[in-house]
This record gives sequence, structure tokens and C-alpha cells, in this order.
Amino acid sequence: MLAAIAFYVLAAVAVISAFAVIAARNPVHSVLFLILTFFTAAGLFVLLGAEFLAMLLVVVYVGAVAVLFLFVVMMLDVDFAELKQGFLSYMPVGALVAAVLLAELVLVAFAASGARGAPLAIAETSGGVTNAEAIGLVLYTEYLLAFQLAGLVLLVAMIGAIVLTLRHRPGVKKQDISAQVGRRRSEAVELKDIRPGQGLG
Amino acid sequence: MSPDLDYIAWFGIDWPVEVEWALVKTGQILAIMILLLISLAFLLLFDRKVWAAVQLRKGPNVVGPFGLLQSFADFFKFVFKEIVIPAGANKTVFILAPLITFVLAFVAWAAVPWGPGIVIADLNVGILYLFAISSLGVYGIIMGGWASNSKYPFLGGLRSAAQMVSYEVSIGFIIITVLLLVGSLNLTDIVDAQREGIWMWHGFRLFNVQEFPSNLLVGAIMLAMLVMFFVSALAETNRPPFDLPEAESELVAGYQVEYSSTPYLLFMIGEYLNIVLMCAMTTILFLGGWHLPWGPVDHPALGMLVFYVKLWIMFFMFAMVKAIVPRYRYDQLMRLGWKIFLPTSLVAVAAIAYYVTFMQPAAAITAGG
Repeated sequence: MLAAIAFYVLAAVAVISAFAVIAARNPVHSVLFLILTFFTAAGLFVLLGAEFLAMLLVVVYVGAVAVLFLFVVMMLDVDFAELKQGFLSYMPVGALVAAVLLAELVLVAFAASGARGAPLAIAETSGGVTNAEAIGLVLYTEYLLAFQLAGLVLLVAMIGAIVLTLRHRPGVKKQDISAQVGRRRSEAVELKDIRPGQGLG
Repeated sequence: MSPDLDYIAWFGIDWPVEVEWALVKTGQILAIMILLLISLAFLLLFDRKVWAAVQLRKGPNVVGPFGLLQSFADFFKFVFKEIVIPAGANKTVFILAPLITFVLAFVAWAAVPWGPGIVIADLNVGILYLFAISSLGVYGIIMGGWASNSKYPFLGGLRSAAQMVSYEVSIGFIIITVLLLVGSLNLTDIVDAQREGIWMWHGFRLFNVQEFPSNLLVGAIMLAMLVMFFVSALAETNRPPFDLPEAESELVAGYQVEYSSTPYLLFMIGEYLNIVLMCAMTTILFLGGWHLPWGPVDHPALGMLVFYVKLWIMFFMFAMVKAIVPRYRYDQLMRLGWKIFLPTSLVAVAAIAYYVTFMQPAAAITAGG
């Protein structure tokens, strides 16, 4: 009973906040609703018994990705009125994408439940093995190649971002920490004996 | 799921058994919350007393004997002040930010084991849960900074977001070294892996002379990890010397500038609870949880007392750092996080993984692998 209550509450919040992501006028509110959607999705994962995935979702998406997202959106100086003007012209494309996504979801759901002749059941982990171990056991054996390739793709993306933004400009003053720390008093301070009325000139 | 046949009879009415469960859990949550809030009142005073003692002052000493009731007086002062919301502020987010900080600070304690069996939710992924919740703490700060619609809070919020995200990375890797040694994400398992005595505590594996040559490697690495975790915890909780989001000489009070009265109080309680949570995490991960240095503790009450004392000792360390160490510069802070802590912890993860795979005595390998 408690699980059912939790499911309906989480599902309702997820759907409403997902709608609010696109409905909110303020982009910062949109991102905040997106974070709420991630969070409720993590709650749904916990209800499914996939607590490891739920925690990863919170750590990676809510704790890191969405923070940077929020960071960028807050810094943008967006003119909302201008943003809203071309809204309707994107409508057909948006509707097409949404329709394709919906069709895919429905097809997968029907195929999965039709194959078993029953609603989708949760695959239980075999006795004594926790969630994290179960994932690790298949991830590093059966799916090792795919896992490594995914890592490689991320690495390439990271290097690409660095290459695109890194510029070596001549004449830029940079800090040399070791030189700063290694500085001695004798190199930095010079004592002069100045006679009255003469100055350093 | 439990079948619908389970009922419990109270007051002549049959209640589903979940009602009893919900009531018991609510009671446990309330008990932990009250314990935390009352502890916090005295921890705040302790913090100020330590700070004062280092500077040869007396600290708060007027309200109650030795100033013991100072925090309660402060509480009433905060609560009875007027809540001021700036005209240009985004009202909903402005009010939401301290609430989020406050709630998240409490939510994390659900998974913290206080003693043998004394835990509200004994999660299989307990340490990940703590990590996840503590990484959410940044939202309260960044939302407060943005919603204030003012320069200093905004700069403070941005600084804080960058700082917390940076140090989370190294905290994550440090946690992984402990997880590799234990072989479990469960906090109770992590504590029980250190039950033998101080030589098995992850921070002090150097003393584990039975494993002579390899204890030097693991001991040195884990001691370094303990120190790095402590420093990262300082940065993650915006404590001095890393309190740049609220560096008063540059940003007045950072993201808190526009806050007053109860919302400010909520921010402050959340901040201090996060510090106590970091003390608890250090205790659980590196300092043997509720076990004594010379042997295991299996009595719940004694275990809770030991854990509580260790919390206070760790908090004393936080207070001393605040009193003694001068504030970092922001670029030095970022350099420390990304260029020193991240590579060091990455190498430590590899070294500990090597130890667990090739050097650990076969009997000590825990179930699972």
C-alpha cells in the first residue's frame, strides 16, 4: 500500500514537473523543474528495487550535470520576449519529434508486454547479490567492450572540448606557483640606505 | 510487497501493518531530529568557545552557566525578527532555497548508523546515498544566491557551486578507496569491517603489523586519504579556510547577504548540520564508527555513545581549523582541488585496487567478488 502511494505521488510529480520544464517562462525555473524530474525519476528507480541506479542518477545528473546546467542558464542574459516570438514556427518539428518518441515508447511497451503476455515484471537479482554487484558482474564481463567504448566516446568528447577552446596566446601573464612558493626574501626585498633630502634618483 | 492480509488491531479497529511501520519510522525520525537539533545548539556554542579560546577570549558566557543557553537565546532572537524579502527577489525560489538546504541536511541522516542496529534506513547503497544527498546541498546555496537578485549573493553562489562540484570529485574517489577495502556500499558493513581495533580503522591501517610489508603501502595511502577527506570536507561545507562563498572581506556574506530572520537560521542550521554530517562520514569511513580503538562494541547504547564522542572530536578539529588557518585564495582553492587532490586520489584508487587484487590475504577478502 505504501509503495503504491509512493508510486502515484512520485509519478504525478514527475509528469507535472516534466510538463513545467517546458511550460515555465523563466529558464532558471525550467532547470529547477528539470532537477525535480530527475529526482522523482530516481525515486521511481528506488521503488523498482534499483537503488544503485537511483543513487547514480542523483549523483551524476542532479549533483553534477544539472548544477553546471543551472550555472550556465543563470549566467545567460536572455530576452524572454524575443525568445517567445518564433515559438510557433518550431511547433511542427517539435510535434513530429514528440510523436516519434511516443510511438517508439508505445511500441516497446507493447512488444515487451506482448512477448510475456503480462505486464513488465522486474528482473529480481539472484539471492544475496546486491544491486551494485549485479550490475558490476555483467558490466565488466558481458558488456565490457560496450562499457569501454562508452568511456572512450566520453574521452573523445572531452578532448574535443579542450581542443576547441584552448588557445595559446603569446604574451599572457601566467602564475608559476612553484616560482611563487620558492621565492626567498633575498630575491624579493632590497634594502636601500637613503640619505635625507636625496631620494633614490 | 507485503500481502494485504497483515492487520494489526488497535483500539478495536484493524489497521494495515504498514501503519504501524510508518508510525515507528516517524518516531525514529523525530528522535534523531531532536537529538541532532539539541546537539547542534551545543556544537554551535562549542564552535564559538573554541574560537574564543584560541584567541584568548572568553566567548559567549552571559546566557546561562558558562553561556550554555546562548544558542537558545540566538534561536529566539532569529525567530522573532521580521522576514525581509527584497523587492527584486524571485520570491518562491528565495524562500525555497533555505528550506532545501535545511531539509537536505536532515534527510542525509536517515542512512547514518549511530550504533549497532541504530539506523533509520539501513540502505544497501548507504554511502552513495550520503554522497548523493551531500552533493545536492549546492542547490540551496546557488538558488539563494540567484533568487536574491543582487551582486554579492550571486557571486557567492557561483563561487560555491564551482567549489562544491570540484571537491565532490575528489571526495568520490576517496570514498572509492574505502569501498575497495570493504567490498560493500552498506555503512554498517563499512563500520564492521573496522571492528577489530584501531589497526583496522581505515585511517590507521599503518598499525596493522600482522600484514607487515603491505600495511606500509595501504597505511600510508589511507592516512593520506583521511587527511584529504578532511580537507575536502572543509571545502565541501564551505568552512574556513575555504569559506570563499561568504568571504566577508570580499562578498560581505556571500549568498546569505539578503537573508534575515528564520530563513537565515535555516541556512545556518543546514550548514552546520552538513558539517556534523561530514564529521559522521569521516568517523564511519576512517575512524571505526562506533567501535573503540581497542576492540569491538556490540552494545547499542555504548556504541551510540562512542560514535557521538567521535563526532564531537571531529567537530573540534573543524572548529580548530576555523580558528587557526587563514583563508585560501580562490584560485589556490581550485588548484588544490583539481591539480593536487584529483590526481592523488586517482592514483590512490589504483594503488588500493592493486592491493585488494594482488596483496590482500585471501582470508580477509570479503564476500562478493
